[in-house]
Amino acid sequence: MFTAYPSGKLGGDMLRIDTLTKRFGDKTAVDAANISVNEPSMIGIIGRSGAGKSTLLRMVNRLSDATSGTITYQGEDITALRGAARRNWQSRCAMIFQQFNLVPRMDVVSNVLHGTLNKRSTVATLFNLYPQADIHKAIEILDRLGIAEQAPKRAEALSGGQQQRVAIARALMQDPKIILADEPIASLDPMNAQVVMQSLRAIHEEDGRMVIANLHTLDTARRYCDRVIGMRDGRIVFDGTPAQLTTGVARDIYGAGADFSESATSTEIETLDRPEIREAEAYV
Amino acid sequence: MVDISLSGAPQSVQTIQSSYMAQVQRRRLYSGLTLLIFVILMVSGFNIADDRNAGGFWNGLHQVGDYPADVLSEAWKKRADLPALMVKYFPALIETINIAAVSTLIGAIGGLFLSLLGTRGLAKWPRLIPLFRRISDIMRAVPEIVIALVLIFVLGGGPVPAMIAIAIHTAGALAKMFSEVSENTDLKAVEGLSSTGATWLQRMLLGVLPQVAPNYVSYTLLRFEINIRASAILGFVGAGGLGYELRNAMAWGPGRFDEAAAIFILLFGTIVFFDQVSSRYRNKLTDGQTH
Repeated sequence: MFTAYPSGKLGGDMLRIDTLTKRFGDKTAVDAANISVNEPSMIGIIGRSGAGKSTLLRMVNRLSDATSGTITYQGEDITALRGAARRNWQSRCAMIFQQFNLVPRMDVVSNVLHGTLNKRSTVATLFNLYPQADIHKAIEILDRLGIAEQAPKRAEALSGGQQQRVAIARALMQDPKIILADEPIASLDPMNAQVVMQSLRAIHEEDGRMVIANLHTLDTARRYCDRVIGMRDGRIVFDGTPAQLTTGVARDIYGAGADFSESATSTEIETLDRPEIREAEAYV
Repeated sequence: MVDISLSGAPQSVQTIQSSYMAQVQRRRLYSGLTLLIFVILMVSGFNIADDRNAGGFWNGLHQVGDYPADVLSEAWKKRADLPALMVKYFPALIETINIAAVSTLIGAIGGLFLSLLGTRGLAKWPRLIPLFRRISDIMRAVPEIVIALVLIFVLGGGPVPAMIAIAIHTAGALAKMFSEVSENTDLKAVEGLSSTGATWLQRMLLGVLPQVAPNYVSYTLLRFEINIRASAILGFVGAGGLGYELRNAMAWGPGRFDEAAAIFILLFGTIVFFDQVSSRYRNKLTDGQTH
């Protein structure tokens, strides 16, 4: 279905994370993580809550600083960037959040235009003086995500799934090489979750952008990602293709017992049609 | 890609773009006009004020630094005397802090009862809520200095009128802040105490106060900082304390500027000290709440 990992050119890695560590006091959130990505692939990071998935993504975006270790993108040391250089990296590496993190009282297009803040002067953005070309582009992106008609509404007036698509539009407005998605579907119902995941997949396939998504359900990662990374207690315990992700490996990642089954964590609509779930419901 | 937008006939992107652009243009026009009106009002208002001013803003502007320069240069010449002067004025500082502490304490107790009586769901006499609210409005609407001037006229100069003036203002101000906190209290505990046959005062002191105490203490400490400044200022109108000494030293003119400098240093040091202590303590209180 998807291109299998590892593939492509050997040698120069696009994104390389080396013994990246983050400590909060005496607690180690991310423990010497090593990841290298050779091509713009779609990567899912799975693990229990508190496994360090969010901390890892926040360090890649430079929302928080690493305690030790390095992140390099095309040979450039990201962890060393300061000030304007760091903000420029953040504009090249968009982030999508679980709670959407939009400005609720501003209209949808303005929220999307926030993706250009790094390129514009503070005074111009303060007075909402965005170029017409940018405004048109923002509405085109919204149209691509199927929510152009919501353009003049306030972000807070939209449903969760629509708000998350506005957040994706803001990310696309940054025209980034990498999109980081921190639990993008954890606050959404199954139908909207599917729309958001399909949007992310389409962005990866059509634009060739690298997408790294924290996902807490296994089947989502299996279904949409080329490569799955499993984290447990801050350490990377699995890195491979979805096919290599057996139930045994999954039990290990989630630290679950023999009663663990993948459909139990599912948010997909289709699982409701699976016979074993029906039986379980009938039993209840 | 799946499109699950629920609206009816889809508009074309061009239509949406042009209608949004029209909206943006309208908004820009309005904010441009607002900015223009604001600038015109500011400039014309400034010119009117400058015309009525006896000295004139631009003529006086270059002299702004002269007075502080005089004070500082004289204080610097007599810098050896400063420690002795600070010791001399220390009792006045104690008086100022005392005025602030007593008035904060009395004001906080008054504010506590005003707020409980003026909060929906807690009030003993729900029909009188507007009355208690208006009382606290009036108490905080009248500036301390006005109350102090009236009381000094009646009672004569000294720390007591200042204390009463600040306490009245503090009670009004804290009643407002307290009642905002107590509006968010959990009424289940109060209901629980009612069910045991507790009196109104018992319900308030044992059911409400434990829930709101950290916030109340935090606001009271903030008020204490403000009251130290207020009691120093009230000294200027003859209410005793450090402000009184400062006014005398400054009104004397050159010759006693070293005393003015010593009092300034004392006042500044005290305010910074209590600011730091109380902000640390307040942070601790509000932190302790969340964990």
